[in-house]
Amino acid sequence: MDYSLTKFLWTLLGLFIVTNWGLLMSSTMRRIGARVAGRYGIPWYQPWIDLAKLYSLRSQITHGTMFYIGPVFRLMGGVGMFLFMPMIFGSALWSNYSFSGDLILILYFQFFGMLGMALGAGEGGQPYSAIGISRGLSQFTTIEVPMTLAVISLAIQYQTFSISDIVAAQQGGFMNWTVMTNPFATIAAMLSLLGAFGHSPFNLVKAPNEIPIGPPTEYHGTFLGVLRTNGAILHVAEAALFMNLFFGGATSWFELIIKTFLIYFWSVFVGTVFPRFRIEQSVVWFLKWPTILGIIAIIIYL
Amino acid sequence: MEKDFDKKALTDMYKDKFLAPENEKRQVAAPDGSIIEIDPLDDYFCQERPKELKPRKGAVEKFLNWARAESLWVLGFGTGCGSIEIPPLVTPRFDMYRYGVQMRPTPRQSNVFIISGYLSVKTLKRAIRSYEQMPSPKYIIALGSCTINGGMYWDSYNTINRLDHFMPVDVYIAGCMPRPEALLAGFGKLKELIKEGKGEKANEYARNFDWYKANQKKIIKDWNMPDFNW
Repeated sequence: MDYSLTKFLWTLLGLFIVTNWGLLMSSTMRRIGARVAGRYGIPWYQPWIDLAKLYSLRSQITHGTMFYIGPVFRLMGGVGMFLFMPMIFGSALWSNYSFSGDLILILYFQFFGMLGMALGAGEGGQPYSAIGISRGLSQFTTIEVPMTLAVISLAIQYQTFSISDIVAAQQGGFMNWTVMTNPFATIAAMLSLLGAFGHSPFNLVKAPNEIPIGPPTEYHGTFLGVLRTNGAILHVAEAALFMNLFFGGATSWFELIIKTFLIYFWSVFVGTVFPRFRIEQSVVWFLKWPTILGIIAIIIYL
Repeated sequence: MEKDFDKKALTDMYKDKFLAPENEKRQVAAPDGSIIEIDPLDDYFCQERPKELKPRKGAVEKFLNWARAESLWVLGFGTGCGSIEIPPLVTPRFDMYRYGVQMRPTPRQSNVFIISGYLSVKTLKRAIRSYEQMPSPKYIIALGSCTINGGMYWDSYNTINRLDHFMPVDVYIAGCMPRPEALLAGFGKLKELIKEGKGEKANEYARNFDWYKANQKKIIKDWNMPDFNW
């Protein structure tokens, strides 16, 4: 078989694995949250059933073209992050379509879905969507600040914007991981990750018991199914990004699953312990400690 | 089966209904200075009657029905005193998440509407709007005696007595008030119905749409909403 075709099929297989792992992680997170609250929680297979149901609803309405394209943009954000991320270090096929400047592109894809969603949800005409969008975008802008500072610090440290090269530089034992060599950037990024995953205390934007569920208020059926599929992909892709940048990458799927779960669990752990921030509190919080740590991380390497 | 009633009386009723000022045609100045005419009922709301949506055939529909039954999303809309029975269901003692029942905050994402107790005429209006915005297939659980025959409110001046004159009901749960266990049993019954392919009340609503609308308009005096609003 042609090499490019083989690579394409393997990337699709990777996307399949990542989607299912993301769904399993989301149900695990909800079960952990339930156990903390003293409940059993949903069955572990609930996200798949929800998806099957959402994709099979009979009546759906639309508010216009952008309403259709919004979830597609959002999905593109997650899939784009996955496509350009080297998942398994040292494997040519599982490196997906990573190239020498992929880190910048992935940072862009992280924000891209939010913007598409903002356009789509805006066309829904629901005032709660508009409030959700303004909250979501303002929070995510401040999440990006410490994240970007950490990435710049890494770029100075390793003199590259290629994720594969950053992972290669961390091989040979955990003392070479960025978490040991550049702890300030790691802490700044891990704090911004709490916001990027959107769990408590930074889940005001999409919490069902705030102003109804925020941007996706009008989304239902297949639209919501696409958004949920993207949520699963995005969670694994972001955990994989942090794994690659700070925790030495993964040399096998088993290692990837362990590391992404632990990174995901960090946000779950914080989420079950701390209550929800209001939006002005979270914005100030992100611009305070994580940003200061990010600036320190850059100053050290200048 | 289509329900029988006087259609002429219904069309007369449509004419007499009060139209709220915010829904009247009016002229508005656009940002560029030109004057445009706005007809809110035409511009903001759907003008299409609900249609019957046929189920798929065979094993596919069976699988989808199983998925629908195992993933019931309940609209967070408490209509009467019975809504106090819902918080225990989401907390540790009864924990309905075990059975695939979850709460949703918006009608667009819900499948199950629990009419929890008496419906005052004012609430009925909101309940109808919410129900019509839910995507099909959708189900209604009627909780408490008030939804069956009015219960202790049967001669009240502003509550309805029989819910199924206004909305198609899938499952009744009798009692005043039914305990959360009864509500869980009701969810179990609803699951059985859906798995057997009997959860087609949304289609029944579409088939008898005029009959339901006539009943609703008989009760709701200030009908200031569009007839089709999903």
